[in-house]
Amino acid sequence: MERLLSKDEKRFKKASILFVGLFAVIVFSPFVLIAICSISSTESLISKGYSFFPKSLSLDAYLYMWAQGKVILRAYGVSLFVTIVGTATSLVITPMLAYPLSRKDFRLRGLFTFLVFFTLLFNGGVVPSYIMWTRVFSLKNTIWALILPTYLMNGFNVLLVKNYFERSIPRDLIEAAQIDGANEWTIFSKIMVPLSVPVLATIGLFTGLAYWNDWINGLYYISDPSLYGIQQLLIRILNNIAFLRSGAAASVVGNMVISLPGESIRMALAVIGILPILIVFPLLQKYFIKGIVIGAIKG
Amino acid sequence: MKRKHSFLKSFSHELPLLLLALPGLVYLIINNYIPMLGIIIAFKKLDYAKGILKSDWVGLKNFEFLFSTPDAWIMTRNTLLYNLAFIIIGTIFAIVLAIMMNEIADRFFAKYFQGMYLLPNLISWVVVSYIVFAFLNADTGLIPKVILPALRAKDINFYTSPGYWPFILLIVFLWKNTGYTSVIYLSSIAGIDRTIYEAARIDGAGKLDQIRYITLPLLKPTIIILFLFSIGRMMYSDFGLFYQVTLNSGALFSTTQTIDTYVYRALMQFNNVNMASAAGVYQSIVGFILVLGANLLIKKINPENALF
Repeated sequence: MERLLSKDEKRFKKASILFVGLFAVIVFSPFVLIAICSISSTESLISKGYSFFPKSLSLDAYLYMWAQGKVILRAYGVSLFVTIVGTATSLVITPMLAYPLSRKDFRLRGLFTFLVFFTLLFNGGVVPSYIMWTRVFSLKNTIWALILPTYLMNGFNVLLVKNYFERSIPRDLIEAAQIDGANEWTIFSKIMVPLSVPVLATIGLFTGLAYWNDWINGLYYISDPSLYGIQQLLIRILNNIAFLRSGAAASVVGNMVISLPGESIRMALAVIGILPILIVFPLLQKYFIKGIVIGAIKG
Repeated sequence: MKRKHSFLKSFSHELPLLLLALPGLVYLIINNYIPMLGIIIAFKKLDYAKGILKSDWVGLKNFEFLFSTPDAWIMTRNTLLYNLAFIIIGTIFAIVLAIMMNEIADRFFAKYFQGMYLLPNLISWVVVSYIVFAFLNADTGLIPKVILPALRAKDINFYTSPGYWPFILLIVFLWKNTGYTSVIYLSSIAGIDRTIYEAARIDGAGKLDQIRYITLPLLKPTIIILFLFSIGRMMYSDFGLFYQVTLNSGALFSTTQTIDTYVYRALMQFNNVNMASAAGVYQSIVGFILVLGANLLIKKINPENALF
């Protein structure tokens, strides 16, 4: 139903659309800048700097990356592996812990819920964690250092899934299954998980993003370049552009010789780093927004 | 005999649930609880040869030493002031954006714009540091190379000038987080009963009156809750923003050092485990007190939103 708007309301509506649109463009413009810089020619970047309006364009950065692709592909592979293994494991152990906590007849429920909850209030800080992971578990320079510390499971997600189990899945369903002789694992895997896809998709999305974007575990635990993820590779290259150059100063693409296009390649790498997110996000925006809202309301 | 039987029966009832919970619990114990015990390191003179448990106790010596350095004051001041600015200005920006976003009736545009506002939140601080670098670096950056010359302003080397960073970091923070926070406010606004607005319109309230007398008062609970949650996080800072976006530049420490960056630098760069753990425990304990205090206030205002 179209309601009648007063003049003042119409004006506010127009101003809002204009303002929101204009600001969206400003917020988005840094992405445009790095995309343009990644295809600007070296001479343009040296004389004009990183500009929205380069003098001339060139695909050298991408050609060079293509030719020297091994380093980048490897880092992509590491990030992908860490993200998939970490997120998948998290999506198994988080609901597995949440399910018993949601069962009113589970005697240890109170104690376990408190153990999960207390991790949200207090933590021992970085130093003991670092010493434990490196000295006790010898995680330094292993792929597990990128998967195990911090991100594998968090108390907040456990409580989120527990609340979902309690509120959205009828108790009768569990009782009926029990009468039919289903064991706990069957109830968990055949009833609880399939009925909680929305909340699991949401926490999976947040966990996946956390793994893909993580660079702090790499900073603390990884010094071996063969274990660099994409974020860590980006840090290394921002500090030292020559890191990309494995051996020769110039690279041969077909019959062209391309020397390292130092200024544009940084931005090309940033583009490559964001690309997977740009591709996946529009499909998952709905879950992301849902996640922000449930996360904020019952924190 | 009967007792034992019922114990066994209840055990066989609990066991499968216990087994399901086990992997997650083991992870929490390793990842969260063992490091909590590790706070004793701050009260010891850590000697790896002796091990943590056998290292000598030094009481509060590490803390005395930490607080006798100027670092302790600088990092505390920076952490608190940045958080305060982020909370206040961030909230205002997010609410203004949410109110205006709510005016956009066209679903397609609303979704499209929202995606653009959320995009900065999805990328890593490393990529953010690249973008900031593209704007600020002295050799090719957009601002020193293109904008400042156009304004005939004098050259600035941002990465060695600490005075600019409170503004830079505030802008970067707003750019990365406003879209995210505004989603929360937008969902609150969407939950407001439309008939209240209709009634106000009949009474002749203009749009700005409606915002002032309906929207903002009804957002108050959300604002207060989010504010108190942020108070609970006052001792913590985003390590990526203060470490990576500043490119770990030592010249900027006076305005960019926070407790989190101090802990990292003391531990990894200066190899000073005693100072790092003292600063970490200082952060954990004061942070814990703030969380408890904030929760107490939330409970008074709106018990439903209290954590416990």
